[in-house]
Amino acid sequence: MNLKFVLSEVSTGLRKNLSMVVSVILVTFVSLTFVGTAGLLQMQINTMKNYWYDKAQVAIYLCTNTSPDTVCPQGEASPDVQKTIAAKLEGATLKPFIKKYYFENHQQAYQTFQQQFKGNVVAKYVQPAQLNETFWISLNNPNQSAVITESFSGVTGVEQVKDQRTYLDQIFSILNIASLAAVGIAVLMLFSATLLVSTTIRLSAVMRRREIGIMRLVGASNFYIRLPFVIEGVVAGLIGAALAGGAVFAIVQYFVQGYLVNQLPLTSFVGLGDAATILPLLIGAGVVLTAIASNQAIRRYLKV
Amino acid sequence: MISISNVTKSYPSAPRAALDGVSLEIEKGEFVFLVGASGSGKSSLMRLILREDVPSGGEIFVLGQNLVGLPNRRVPLFRRQLGVVFQDFRLLPNKTAAQNVAFSLEVIGKSAGFIAEAVPDVLRRVGLEHKANSLPSELSGGEQQRIALARAIVNNPAILLADEPTGNLDPKTSEEIMALLERINLAGTTVIMATHDRGIVDRLKKRVVELKDGVIVRDEKGAGYGVQR
Ligand SMILES: Nc1ncnc2c1ncn2[C@@H]1O[C@H](COP(=O)(O)OP(=O)(O)O)[C@@H](O)[C@H]1O
Ligand SMILES: [Mg+2]
Repeated sequence: MNLKFVLSEVSTGLRKNLSMVVSVILVTFVSLTFVGTAGLLQMQINTMKNYWYDKAQVAIYLCTNTSPDTVCPQGEASPDVQKTIAAKLEGATLKPFIKKYYFENHQQAYQTFQQQFKGNVVAKYVQPAQLNETFWISLNNPNQSAVITESFSGVTGVEQVKDQRTYLDQIFSILNIASLAAVGIAVLMLFSATLLVSTTIRLSAVMRRREIGIMRLVGASNFYIRLPFVIEGVVAGLIGAALAGGAVFAIVQYFVQGYLVNQLPLTSFVGLGDAATILPLLIGAGVVLTAIASNQAIRRYLKV
Repeated sequence: MISISNVTKSYPSAPRAALDGVSLEIEKGEFVFLVGASGSGKSSLMRLILREDVPSGGEIFVLGQNLVGLPNRRVPLFRRQLGVVFQDFRLLPNKTAAQNVAFSLEVIGKSAGFIAEAVPDVLRRVGLEHKANSLPSELSGGEQQRIALARAIVNNPAILLADEPTGNLDPKTSEEIMALLERINLAGTTVIMATHDRGIVDRLKKRVVELKDGVIVRDEKGAGYGVQR
């Protein structure tokens, strides 16, 4: 194996074919950036799930005077309702499921609300009596919220039983759709990237058909004839993947850590460590795809 | 060395077979002229011997290999035992004479050390050591063909195939090429040369195999080009 010779063939190929090579680099770059972004989104979803699912509680909202008549015909829940529920939560059936619970009366709910909506106009107009008295329940296993929901839905004086995770699931499904969209775009672009690699390699082969003809005549092995073309494709793919990796790092550093973290201080976000996990995947995908595409292209070209 | 029996070659696009029931034995060290009108099948036969093509029927054995059954991946190793030159030289225009010869060794994985010795050696054998650094465009036709010959023999092939090597050259230059081919033959390489050149064939008095419409019509030792048709 004469490495120096192979490398000089590769560099000739890359230089002669520069504009095509640049377009391969760019398409690989953009498509792998989409792949990386989709990966980041999935990691973000997981980070948020870990963070929020533990904190998510099941809420039993008691009726107020402003609750709809259909669920709360008798208006404000009586103190008896509160006692019954507390007793049931302490009872032998439910107690094993519950880590801890607390009761929030109108006044406490009002204070929490004022805090959450500080500066918002609704904070001015809301009255303590309009806010539900609520049992906040943390479960030992957050997946078992159905136990609470089934025990208290439809009970007199209870307006609604709500697992907070259902709110989170909505957010996560939106993020999931976004990452699927990114994957979809990435797949399309990767497909065009492989087509572009094929065209580029074939063009490169046409430009070197004299050399190829001589190589075959003097008995160069097929591996040796193909190798410079495959390396040529892989080099382009590698550069594209490296650029995509850089873009993913930049997104994490400047957009997520530099901007989102300040905008949404209560949420935990993906960091550079996560970007570092994605990098080898991008490089691997770039190399493998371009290697396969260029190998197939040169095989098909040499067959005819 | 070369054993061809009842070989037929037809191309899908052509109505008539290019070779039709050709049988031929060539021994080690022979010098064979393949003559016949244009289109008689000389190049087709050469391509079969080089395993650039496979026959439609019949058998070909070259250097102990059955070329009909030879798998594609074994073809490169087989070809390293053969050298080829053509009428149009087929040199790489952007490489010097020495680089053209070196290229054929590089691509079969020879070491830099081997190449550094073999290239000047073979250029001396063809008498062009002083043109080592010239580009093909700076060489005459005869010189280009000598470089092509150097490339063909640098790996010491058992067989040299020459398809009308003097077809583009004037008579005097052709003589030089023929002298070189004879020397290569004397050094032990079997030479098969396709040609139209009556003068050359008549003068060298070698074995002559004449093709006509894909059929061997004459196979004669120490012969001339034959009757004018
Ligand atoms: N690749 C090909 N496809 C179709 N026909 C071909 C091909 N090569 C040669 N032929 C035909 O085969 C016949 C023999 O051609 P060739 O072997 O080139 O003869 P020569 O070398 O003696 O001039 C001719 O009729 C030619 O047209
Ligand atoms: Mg011919």
